[in-house]
Amino acid sequence: MDKVVRVSNLSKVYNMGDQRVEALKDVSLTIESGDFAAIMGASGSGKSTFMNILGCLDTPTSGDYWLGGEHVGGLTKDSLAEIRNKKIGFVFQGFNLLARTSAVENVQLPLIYGKVPAGIRRERAMAALALVGLADRAGHYSNQLSGGQQQRVAIARALVNEPAIILADEPTGNLDSVTSIEILAIFQKLNRQGITIIMVTHEPDVAAFTKRNLLFRDGRILADTQVAQPADAGQVKGGG
Amino acid sequence: MIDLLLSLKIAARALKTNKMRSFLTMLGIIIGIAAVIAMIAIGSGASTIISEQIASIGSNILLVLPGSRTSGGIRLGAGTTPTLTMDDAVAIKAECRAVELAAPVVRGAAQVVYGNMNWSTAIMGVTPDYLVVRDWAVVEGRSLTPLDLEGATKNCLIGQTVAENLFGAENPVGKIIRIKKIPFTVVGILDRKGQSPQGSDQDDIINIPLRTAQRKLFGSQFPNTVGSIMVQAKSEQDLDRAVEQVTTLLNQRHRVGPSREADFTVRNLSELLEVAEQSSKAMSLLLGAVASISLIVGGIGIMNIMLVSVTERTREIGIRMAIGAKERDILLQFLTEAVLLTLVGGVIGMALGVAGAKLVSTFFNWPTLISLQAIAMAFGFSGAVGIFFGFYPARKAASLKPIDALRYE
Repeated sequence: MDKVVRVSNLSKVYNMGDQRVEALKDVSLTIESGDFAAIMGASGSGKSTFMNILGCLDTPTSGDYWLGGEHVGGLTKDSLAEIRNKKIGFVFQGFNLLARTSAVENVQLPLIYGKVPAGIRRERAMAALALVGLADRAGHYSNQLSGGQQQRVAIARALVNEPAIILADEPTGNLDSVTSIEILAIFQKLNRQGITIIMVTHEPDVAAFTKRNLLFRDGRILADTQVAQPADAGQVKGGG
Repeated sequence: MIDLLLSLKIAARALKTNKMRSFLTMLGIIIGIAAVIAMIAIGSGASTIISEQIASIGSNILLVLPGSRTSGGIRLGAGTTPTLTMDDAVAIKAECRAVELAAPVVRGAAQVVYGNMNWSTAIMGVTPDYLVVRDWAVVEGRSLTPLDLEGATKNCLIGQTVAENLFGAENPVGKIIRIKKIPFTVVGILDRKGQSPQGSDQDDIINIPLRTAQRKLFGSQFPNTVGSIMVQAKSEQDLDRAVEQVTTLLNQRHRVGPSREADFTVRNLSELLEVAEQSSKAMSLLLGAVASISLIVGGIGIMNIMLVSVTERTREIGIRMAIGAKERDILLQFLTEAVLLTLVGGVIGMALGVAGAKLVSTFFNWPTLISLQAIAMAFGFSGAVGIFFGFYPARKAASLKPIDALRYE
């Protein structure tokens, strides 16, 4: 299978005054296309830093990162913005939808920045909303939607540009357990359609729905385990 | 880059979420643009008045005045001695090549009586050329002819003010009036001329043939002298040459030399009026400058609010960057907001400025002139203020690092 993500000897050092904090130490990893990986670890383990670098929101101090075969390093800010737009779909813990903006307009945003012609933007946004089961709420403003619905709009937004990977940063962190299962069910459904998903979580329960668990501690990958039998969110009813 | 219509929509939405704040921010621009428009309108109104007054004197005019006289060591002022003669006027017209016409004038004042009405007015003894030089038309009846001049007839032309005061609604043409008890026939009425640059009423006047004035009305100890000579140059370019030629000619005729002081002065009237026009221009420039200051203050207000807005919306900027907005997109988004703010303010200010100018012209009877140019300038200026004062905040927003903006609480 294709290696959609390949990092080698990735390090990130923060200089805070005279203190030198090594957030990532020599991390090497590959993630194959179609994988569904959970990145786990306590806070300060380096998992968020790793995610930010994977998402091209931050740059490593040293090491290499290939995303879909393209070397992401020494790229200009504009090129990084383009990679975020075309190859990465973000799902955040706090949903991060634009306020006073309808669901369908939120989903269209990446298409606008991706210079997709206006004529087909709405059509594609509606298709993405249908994929997360929210076609009937397209006209609702984000503050008129429940947390679970907002997260589904965010997933639709992440999907709409057909990215190489979806990066989800604690996507169920702000949701109750029932809604969390619904979101995880959507992720599993998308994964079965071939979409690669990398999800940060600190809950083992949530990680159990993925195919592969990566445990971070002190800036290194402590364990990398394949989940023998991922739980099926479609089968779970009430409570995770 | 995203298309213009969409960015305008996004900007309008952002401004609508904070209606009161947007309005207050705009207020500075509204006041600034309104002030600029009103000041320019009032200023150009003033310039128009002055231009009209300049035109009312006649074009390319020189005034030759008799000079001073020294009497027992005491120098009397200009015009105290009747040194100019009818012959001087004839010579100027004949010999100075830059001169088109020369109209000698004798001026006096007299009580005028018609029926039971009487009126004190200025009497001008003129030649037929006078009205040509002044570019003055006769609206009713006829003008004075060379025959009137030669024959020293008792015919006269009256100005509008005189006509109103002596005749009221009656038609004055053909009527007999008495000037200093001498009967004169009104043969024509002069067109309305309005105020002179000095503010006097140019319509309060009676024109009579020059010879009649010299011989019958204002008997002088120096016959054949005239009060002044109005000289019209052939063109505006000929004005300076005309001054030179008239001065040279009169110096010869009056035998002015090292031992004899010049007994006349030549004045370029257009020049005097240009000075007046320039001072009015300087005035409107000053008013405009004061108004521009309020525009700058308004611009600073916009910059301030945009900076606040950027800080408040850091997270929004982070989201937009995370999903693919480039620096340029963010820069343009905030710049569009600032420009929209100033342009909307500019349009409102324009409306207020035009209304203010109309109010001034209605209540203070002061003519105002609203030019398309001023409106275009105000519009451009408000846009420029938006770009200038919006750029720094927009730049600040665009240069945020995506990760910092996204994590901003």
